[in-house]
Amino acid sequence: MQIKVTINEKMMELEAPYDEFLMDTLRRYGFLSVKKGCNTGSCGLCTVWLDGKPVLSCSVLSVRVNGRNITTIEGVQKEAREFADFLVKEGADQCGFCSPGFIMTVLAMKRELSNPTEEDIIHYLTGNLCRCTGYQGQLRAIKKYLGVV
Amino acid sequence: MFTIQDYVVPGTLEEAYRILTAKRNNTILGGCGFLRLGSQRIGTAIDLTNLNLNFIEEYDQVIEIGAMTTFRDLETSPLLKGYFNGLLPQAVKHIVGVQLRNIVTVGGTVYSRYGFSDLITALLSLEAEVELFKTGRVSLENFLENASEKDILVKVIIPKTAKKAVFNSMRNSQSDYAIVNVAVSKEGDRWLLVAGARPHRAKIARKASLFLANSSLSSEDIEHAANLAISELTFGSNMRASQKYRETVCKVLLKRAIGEVLACK
Ligand SMILES: Cc1cc2nc3c(=O)[nH]c(=O)nc-3n(C[C@H](O)[C@H](O)[C@H](O)COP(=O)(O)OP(=O)(O)OC[C@H]3O[C@@H](n4cnc5c(N)ncnc54)[C@H](O)[C@@H]3O)c2cc1C
Ligand code: FES
Ligand code: FES
Repeated sequence: MQIKVTINEKMMELEAPYDEFLMDTLRRYGFLSVKKGCNTGSCGLCTVWLDGKPVLSCSVLSVRVNGRNITTIEGVQKEAREFADFLVKEGADQCGFCSPGFIMTVLAMKRELSNPTEEDIIHYLTGNLCRCTGYQGQLRAIKKYLGVV
Repeated sequence: MFTIQDYVVPGTLEEAYRILTAKRNNTILGGCGFLRLGSQRIGTAIDLTNLNLNFIEEYDQVIEIGAMTTFRDLETSPLLKGYFNGLLPQAVKHIVGVQLRNIVTVGGTVYSRYGFSDLITALLSLEAEVELFKTGRVSLENFLENASEKDILVKVIIPKTAKKAVFNSMRNSQSDYAIVNVAVSKEGDRWLLVAGARPHRAKIARKASLFLANSSLSSEDIEHAANLAISELTFGSNMRASQKYRETVCKVLLKRAIGEVLACK
């Protein structure tokens, strides 16, 4: 089916079979920042925003995003880089495979929560898996980035 | 492999139902969280997106939640935070992560009667009803116990009572499925003790609930009620926990929840 989607503020026409999930369609069209960590809805690596809300693109059928807005990390590069600097300073980036999905979730959290506590942050980010690190560096980076130390 | 041959976005429930029943493998799409994990070969996938079923509405006597409402909508709803001590937001907030909760739906969950479901346990303690397109309105308890023909879950209806309620669950690790979950509610002298993920479907422990209602709520009474609940409900083993372990944990969760309900304002 042909769908019209706004991706990172650019209108695009995509072709996707009825049973294809957004992650695969996006990757087919070159949005390679979107990673497939588990394909079962458990890891958060495939996170993109759908109409501004973070969703697992491995679990959203592409045909259902017809007429809607998608944001991938390519669409928020400046902000992502700013936050990535905090991650680097805390030594929280290792292989980096989990970073795009994780950063998209952190930036969504920044928009949704004001002045989150440590508990709020952990709650919002639960379900974003990273197999290299112990999450502590990320938590420090987020607190500094949000200024809620 | 999960496949879809055809895809429709009906404009009315009548049309959705007609397509659903036209062929055995025609299927309603909820959030697809679970559907996609299976290997179903779907004939026509029916998307309810255009039927305005994403709502949480308050009326004089009831609160209604539409089938396409997501778990994140439940979790962040100011209305639901204000009722039953925020029971429903509490029940869904530990399910995986925000991004999954932004997708999975009330309809897909309740219609599927999952044994592990946290939401169903909480809804049972509120004596919720479900509205199905063909069958009409039935109590959730009844719906869970009786197999039904193919239908569409339209909404969940919750009586607006003064119930105080608490949800508790135990997970081997955060964001995993609960190995057991409980919800306890109280309105005046009326108690309801519910346990799910045993790993069987959630059920009300009737004897225990009745005993508690007629007791003096001493710590011995609460202990006895929890014991009654464990003996009247059945528990099982699976890869997450053994039957014995579930029983032990369930008893503790029930006692705690009863205590928390008593402390609720
Ligand atoms: C990784 C993962 C972990 C999870 N962990 C938990 C957990 O810890 N606790 C918990 O409670 N839940 C958990 N869930 C389940 C989740 O909460 C949902 O219950 C589940 O995904 C089904 O909802 P859905 O909207 O995705 O439905 P779908 O997967 O789209 O549909 C499920 C079934 O319901 C049917 N259906 C959908 N909507 C309707 C309707 N309106 N009327 C009739 N039939 C309908 C579909 O045809 C399908 O057969 C988890 C899910 C995933 C993917
Ligand atoms: S690939 Fe989507 S959650 Fe893991
Ligand atoms: S840095 Fe390697 S998975 Fe997170």
